[in-house]
Amino acid sequence: MAKKALLTASILAATMTAGAVQAATLDDVKSRGTLTCGVSTGLAGFSQKDENGKWSGLDVDMCRAVAAAVLGDSEAVQYKPLTAKERFTALASGEIDMLSRNTTWTHTRDTSLGINFAGTNYYDGASFMVMKDLGVSSATQLDGANACIQAGTSTELAIADYFRENGMSYKAVTFDTSDQTRQGFESGRCDFLTSDGSQLAALRIGLANPGNAVILPEVISKEPLGPVVRQGDDQWFNIVKWSLNAMIEAEEQKVTSANASDMKANGNPANKRLLGSEGELGGNLGLSADWAYNIITQVGNYSESFERNVGMDSPLKLARGINASWRDGGILYAPAMR
Amino acid sequence: MFKQKTIEEVKSASRKSSSGTTSNAFYNNPRIRGFFYQIALIAGLLYFFGTIIGNTLANMEATGIKTGFDFLGAAAGYDVLMSLISFESTDTYGRIFVVGFLNTLLVSAIGIFFATLLGFVFGVAHFSHNWLIRKVALVYVEIFRNVPLLLQVFFWYFAVLSSLPGARQSLSLGEAVFLNVRGLYMPKLIGGDLSSLVWIALGAAVAGIFVLRRWAKKRQELTGQQFPVLKTSIAMVILFPLIVAALTGFPFTVEYPALKGFNYFGGITVIPELMSLAIALSVYTGAFIAEAVRAGVQSIPHGQTEAARSIGLRENKIMSLIIVPQAMRVIVPLLNSEYQSLVKNSTLAAAVGYPDLFNVFVGTALNQTGQAIETIFMTIIVYFVVNMVISFLMNRFNNAVALVSR
Repeated sequence: MAKKALLTASILAATMTAGAVQAATLDDVKSRGTLTCGVSTGLAGFSQKDENGKWSGLDVDMCRAVAAAVLGDSEAVQYKPLTAKERFTALASGEIDMLSRNTTWTHTRDTSLGINFAGTNYYDGASFMVMKDLGVSSATQLDGANACIQAGTSTELAIADYFRENGMSYKAVTFDTSDQTRQGFESGRCDFLTSDGSQLAALRIGLANPGNAVILPEVISKEPLGPVVRQGDDQWFNIVKWSLNAMIEAEEQKVTSANASDMKANGNPANKRLLGSEGELGGNLGLSADWAYNIITQVGNYSESFERNVGMDSPLKLARGINASWRDGGILYAPAMR
Repeated sequence: MFKQKTIEEVKSASRKSSSGTTSNAFYNNPRIRGFFYQIALIAGLLYFFGTIIGNTLANMEATGIKTGFDFLGAAAGYDVLMSLISFESTDTYGRIFVVGFLNTLLVSAIGIFFATLLGFVFGVAHFSHNWLIRKVALVYVEIFRNVPLLLQVFFWYFAVLSSLPGARQSLSLGEAVFLNVRGLYMPKLIGGDLSSLVWIALGAAVAGIFVLRRWAKKRQELTGQQFPVLKTSIAMVILFPLIVAALTGFPFTVEYPALKGFNYFGGITVIPELMSLAIALSVYTGAFIAEAVRAGVQSIPHGQTEAARSIGLRENKIMSLIIVPQAMRVIVPLLNSEYQSLVKNSTLAAAVGYPDLFNVFVGTALNQTGQAIETIFMTIIVYFVVNMVISFLMNRFNNAVALVSR
């Protein structure tokens, strides 16, 4: 009896004193030996599971890069497929260590959800996809149409603004997953599907007959997509931020997965700093010196990841566009690696 | 002989023996003690929940998550597929809450109505003398009771309604009713100046039925003569408004749905999300209600039927006058929990995108504002209150049909 009372009291005490405990995500990941990464439920090019259960994509590469930097093994990732509606709750509750799920960086999300965006790994914009036989060539002809949208996305807000601005009306049919929006679009429940341009390209190749659908030229919003971490753990925030920057910087320095070991030994000072044969960059992050070397040899630089997943080597065939390095006229720019 | 002590003697004896060591101090007074423990318990609970809430708020503050109910006044910025009140994307989250609540009530009411109808039809059909009808009732119950509800919602939405033709190849009935993958479009009556008189006539007819029923019952009790209440009632409901409408020169215009651009506009639209959810909820819950009805009817001893036959009642009268009224005592408490389950199951709306409270508020509003605790708390309260109201009404109904014991 006394034991029971003691137990109850200690549980109560534990409840009371469980104040603001800020877990160090880095320690958790290291002791667990795997990184838990929130990804989409399946979106070609960004995060998709193949028939062998292996995940791939631009967003998946972001998870792999962090795992390579922290654990030295890009495969030590446990993927958690999340719908748009679930993602922030999963991150806030600690179910995942980081979120890499084509998530738009918005002011409201950054300031009121208790999360931090660690950069942008794809600059996107919302657009429209219609069936060719609808005979529509511009979004301005969509007055009175039905829209298939994924629930809880920033697109849901962008399209409301766009139609209001242009004095047009529409009906929003919202679904939980992007795959359901595609089904709704194919069955004719909606006249058009709206989402980020890259997602439209991915959904289009998933159609029974991709040639029947066209993506309209209008881009109605800014959708910078990037990895997200919980607020309040600055060390982890830095690790994710600089893992992305390392991939971008490697492309700027023309360091690839193929030549990284050579550059580590024989490269210029900047190469050596990045790859850990000189300087303290890894140590400052609380990681080993070869953190970026692991990312580049196991995942590749940004260009390699892009081309493999969404670029010319992939079914999506997206052009680099503004996602090119600043040296090539794009807006990808990593802060100085020193 | 051993004499048994009375309780009074035992009490006084114990009082005497204890009075030596413990006085009649206030802390030995059982009332004061009880009061003290009650206070201590309440204080403990208050402290417990107060600390949990305080900790939560402090932790949310520390991790930079916004708290409070201010968001209810902020513009939502997104659209809702279906709304019973006017709604635009510039309206507030508070209004979204109301829109979702009304949509939940709508699908629940439709579901409860049709589930009850299906349940009673198939429950009674179980006792039919016709082999085929009996087996159909059995198959209905076994299939729909044993398949998960979510699967049924998907079935109606993706397998049945999504395979309907597109908007431009709609199935039509006399160019007035259209059915396509985007929903069911029906003509709408739009009332003119004098149309309210017609509605008043309809109301009068309904009120008249109650008066008629009471009169017919009294007459039967006094004279034994029966009056055809059902036929008269149907005639009243149809004729009263029709006569008034004819006298006022049919003050209605009919708005037909018409294809304009991408969609049909005008008339009444029933979206497929609502249809699939309402059908699934009705059919699923109907199967359970059918079993409740069967249990209720079977609980009535066969002697009741035989007694009714012996006084010369016809078979259909035996069911409606003898068996069902007694069976209701068993059925109503079961109905209560089925109705409550139906309301809670309506949250499966999220699976097909029907904008019920759970979908638009816990789904989208939570995601856009990030205020999980507030939105979930508000939604829990709503389902709690709705189910309490159902429970209250069904208990009142139960008291009315219960056996009056004296």
